[in-house]
Amino acid sequence: MKMPVMKLFKLLFLLIFFIFSGFGVSNAHAQRDIPAIAAASDLQFALEDIAARFRADSQKNVRLSFGSSGNYFRQIEQGAPFQLFLSADEDFVFRLHQAGKTEDRGVLYATGRIVLFAPRGSPLSVDQQMAGLKAELAANRISRFAIANPEHAPYGRAAEQALRKLGLWEGLQGKLVLGENVSQAAQFATSGSVQGGIFAYSLALSPHVSKLGSYVLLPEDLHQPLRQRMVLVKGAGETARTFYAWLQQPAARKIFEQYGFVLPAGTAK
Amino acid sequence: MDWTALNLSLKLAACTVLILLPLGIWAGHALAAHHFRGKAWVEALLALPLVLPPTVLGYYLLVMMGGASPIGQFYESVFGRPLVFSFEGLLLASVIFNIPFAIQPMQRGFEAIAPEVRDAAACSGLSRWRTLWRIELPLAWPGILSAVVLTFAHTLGEFGVVLMVGGSIPGETKTIAIAIYDRVQAFDTAGAGVMSAALLLISLIAIGAAYFTTSRIRTRRHG
Repeated sequence: MKMPVMKLFKLLFLLIFFIFSGFGVSNAHAQRDIPAIAAASDLQFALEDIAARFRADSQKNVRLSFGSSGNYFRQIEQGAPFQLFLSADEDFVFRLHQAGKTEDRGVLYATGRIVLFAPRGSPLSVDQQMAGLKAELAANRISRFAIANPEHAPYGRAAEQALRKLGLWEGLQGKLVLGENVSQAAQFATSGSVQGGIFAYSLALSPHVSKLGSYVLLPEDLHQPLRQRMVLVKGAGETARTFYAWLQQPAARKIFEQYGFVLPAGTAK
Repeated sequence: MDWTALNLSLKLAACTVLILLPLGIWAGHALAAHHFRGKAWVEALLALPLVLPPTVLGYYLLVMMGGASPIGQFYESVFGRPLVFSFEGLLLASVIFNIPFAIQPMQRGFEAIAPEVRDAAACSGLSRWRTLWRIELPLAWPGILSAVVLTFAHTLGEFGVVLMVGGSIPGETKTIAIAIYDRVQAFDTAGAGVMSAALLLISLIAIGAAYFTTSRIRTRRHG
């Protein structure tokens, strides 16, 4: 009767040995100077492209995490080991700087735009002043509309401002589906289970998204400009610094532009 | 397929099991053997992670491990880096949310042993250690196996707590469950599908193996 227990222990130790020796070594090695980078989720496609170019050009690597800028702000404030933070809202960068978490006030890397999106099969027709949305709302044919959570996602806040400006916010109460970040809002908006949504132009430009419906770029004056700023977190290593500088070079700027971002002239501070 | 994330999940699950196995045997054994005032409350406290929403657990863990807490400050002063958003922090969280999955099956396993067996062992002059090692552990073994498998599989599957205290850092806190969520957000349904299927298969094999082994033991014992 002693056997099964011994067998279990042996099995467990084998398993642990396997996991730690087999993958563990390569894992620890791979992490030595591969900085973790926190990026706003509107950069999901653009930054993946940029990072791929960076890896090829510099033979260095970065680890990208995408999420809502507000959440990354909170995590970096709590000491999360990210070395570079690309926020969708410069205010988060300024607040981190005030809290003494970053090296400086960072640089502006892009200004974001938003789109109104209607998935295939939706009755909604998209136009710049959202007249179609107003009509569909009046006809009670909008049951669900997706935006990012305005409380902590900058693109959600821009969507709220635009909807308020056009007098659509009240009518949408009780119909809004809130994504945890702008990428999830896009996920919801394209899923076909909502009639429309507002999210980042940079996401709509990706073929993954654009094939799922129609969209229109909304005028800049409908919301506060989405001034996106990036900053090195204190203690950032060599690779993170190289990547930070590289993001301000023409090759990276060109990719940002391809994804619909408006770039600051030169290297604006 | 995100191998880094899968590897991290397996490592986290193995470490969690390694920590909870001795702890669970001790606690399960103690709870099965002793009756004391307020035992029901102790058991309720240990079972709490079963019913608490992951967000509640995640919130308390974040507060408990954060830079403003004594634990967080102690860790940072010793190791020079914060506990939250690190593998160690995730492991601590994982150990806590797995407590009921580890202790309860073991406790049931020890409870199922008739008191006469223990008395007989004592009469035969076996020390408490030898009784535990040679009599109780082998008899409670199906419970221990269930605890190990449940803990392992549950760690692989945990999402909410990991999302709140992890921070989704590749190779450090981005587990397979988080990686799947990430892939869905990146409109990579193929990637999400492959990883989901892999996780489904691993969980099924783990739980299936546990059921198979325990039923074989029962058959052997009871004919």
